[in-house]
Amino acid sequence: MAGEDATFLRPAPIPPRAPPRGVRGPIPWLRRNLFSSPANTVTTILVLLFLAWTIPPLIRWAFIDAAWTGEDRSVCLDGGACWAFIGAKINLILYGQYPPAERWRVVVVAVLFIAGVVPLAIPKVPGKRWNVVYLLIAFPVIAFMLLTGIGVGLRHVPTDRWGGLFVTLVTAVFGIVISLPLGILLALGRRSRLPVVRWLSAGFIELWRGVPLVAVLFMASVMLPIFLPPGVTFDKLLRAMLCIAIFYSAYMAEVVRGGLQAIPKGQYEGSMALGLSFLQRMRLVIMPQALTVVIPGIVNTFIALFKDTSLIMVIGLFDLLGMLKSATNDSDWASPSVPATAYVFAGLIFWIFCFGLSRYSIFIERRLERGRQRR
Amino acid sequence: MTVTDRSAATSATAIEMTGVNKWFGAFHALRDIDLRVRRGERIVICGPSGSGKSTLIRCINALENHQSGRIVVDGIVMSHDHQRIDEIRRDVGMVFQQFNLFPHLTILENCTLAPAWVRKMPRAEAEALAMRFLERVKIPEQANKYPGQLSGGQQQRVAIARALCMSPRIMLFDEPTSSLDPEMVKEVLDVMVSLAEEGMTMVVVTHEMGFARQVADRVIFMDEGQIIEENAPEAFFTNPRHERTKLFLSHILR
Ligand SMILES: Nc1ncnc2c1ncn2[C@@H]1O[C@H](COP(=O)(O)OP(=O)(O)OP(=O)(O)O)[C@@H](O)[C@H]1O
Ligand SMILES: [Mg+2]
Repeated sequence: MAGEDATFLRPAPIPPRAPPRGVRGPIPWLRRNLFSSPANTVTTILVLLFLAWTIPPLIRWAFIDAAWTGEDRSVCLDGGACWAFIGAKINLILYGQYPPAERWRVVVVAVLFIAGVVPLAIPKVPGKRWNVVYLLIAFPVIAFMLLTGIGVGLRHVPTDRWGGLFVTLVTAVFGIVISLPLGILLALGRRSRLPVVRWLSAGFIELWRGVPLVAVLFMASVMLPIFLPPGVTFDKLLRAMLCIAIFYSAYMAEVVRGGLQAIPKGQYEGSMALGLSFLQRMRLVIMPQALTVVIPGIVNTFIALFKDTSLIMVIGLFDLLGMLKSATNDSDWASPSVPATAYVFAGLIFWIFCFGLSRYSIFIERRLERGRQRR
Repeated sequence: MTVTDRSAATSATAIEMTGVNKWFGAFHALRDIDLRVRRGERIVICGPSGSGKSTLIRCINALENHQSGRIVVDGIVMSHDHQRIDEIRRDVGMVFQQFNLFPHLTILENCTLAPAWVRKMPRAEAEALAMRFLERVKIPEQANKYPGQLSGGQQQRVAIARALCMSPRIMLFDEPTSSLDPEMVKEVLDVMVSLAEEGMTMVVVTHEMGFARQVADRVIFMDEGQIIEENAPEAFFTNPRHERTKLFLSHILR
């Protein structure tokens, strides 16, 4: 029209029509997604070949040739995974050297923890405030008393007997619970209007971010005793836990700062104009938005923290990985397939926890997304 | 400031600015501002972009700090003291060009937030209050939506309702209709006119000259950080005295 004649007048209105029906079914889907162009077809074939090359040996190793039961190395000599080894060492892997007669305490603490976390994680369950109070105040005290035996008349179990998955989880939960609030405080400090607060926060963040975690752990283990007065000891596990928590709070601070920077100035001004105090502004207006923006970054940091708990191995503590590694030294189980099995198993356990965290964060993001549509 | 001399001071004067100066770095943004707004008075401020209109009204609720001069709002002398500033902000409502609603809260929650946390009002009472003001701005049916789901005009009316929920004695408006599509400007101006009719003290930065003529008691023209001219609306528009006012009006009244 436009080319031939510059004027136009709609002769009759166009009624709305249904959108065209898409081509559905598996064959069109394959054609559209995997074989849509020569390049796509070649890629698909290459990937399939690669999978055919890698998957069957893996299945053979993990399942077909694997030894599932047995008392010692004799069952694990034909090259498959040695799951019997995991079965034989399962208590060591879960609890470390925690005295067998006292292991029920670890189980009780785990149950108390799950009882607090599950209702907190399900958005529909009411009473979140009490849930948080329980998890942050009551649970740590109960857990401390039960696990160490201090103050409840149970047998004292020093932390050098703690180990395995139990220590991995204790360290990771402690790190996660400390690093987020501390990171938020540091991020706010770094944006403070008071120069001293700003410099101190920035200095603290850059100090911890600039040093490898392994070096921090070594320093805490060999240097701290030099500075402490003689006779004063500082629990080694607690030291390691604090190092990890503080180290990751520096990373967390930068993640949170990224979120704060994404909040428009108008949000600050809007809340100021209503007469909300600084703390109210942060808590009710700024942080809920800033933290939502950076959920992927926060979870990313949690996952990194979770995996890095295995570094406490370098100062002689035995987390899940350390315990498995030391268990492979058992001469009763000296077999080439035992270390491979041990590390694959450790990897699998770490992966399950981290993948769980990741899926949960995606669930929460979707939920928040549904609530409010973007502008 | 005690209760008695505060009520005495507020009886006649809502805002008093004396010799107010403000710099951004070396840039002199407000120069010797003297302004007295009586209780119940409606002031419209206009002027070219960058003339300091926003800076001036943002000084009234301490979103900007002035460096010299004296500002008294509702009988409270402005100082750097946080408590003093929060006290002033509770009495002064502000509506922004960009609405500045909280996108993570529903419309109702936007309105109840400050009454609940600043005035410590019980939740049910705060919600009833919020619904009353949402009805006033004619959008009670949107109460449970989120700001992102509303049109610009609706959002701005929510912003007005949100400010009113704090029962302010003074309302500041900074170009409340400038980022709205033309057909939404009227719905916001209607709310402002009805507010003016109820006797609210209002300071409005706007280029809506129809609104100025209809409700303003005084129109103030600013340029380069100074108050250039001040007059009743009729006289201001029909008989501007300063050259710069004439030039400005010739641009916007074409
Ligand atoms: N935070 C700031 N830092 C530095 N300069 C600023 C700042 N805010 C405003 N200014 C400057 O002060 C002057 C007055 O700004 P102001 O926002 O008050 O103008 P305005 O009259 O509201 O203009 P507009 O009609 O465009 O909103 C402008 O020249 C502006 O560049
Ligand atoms: Mg402005």
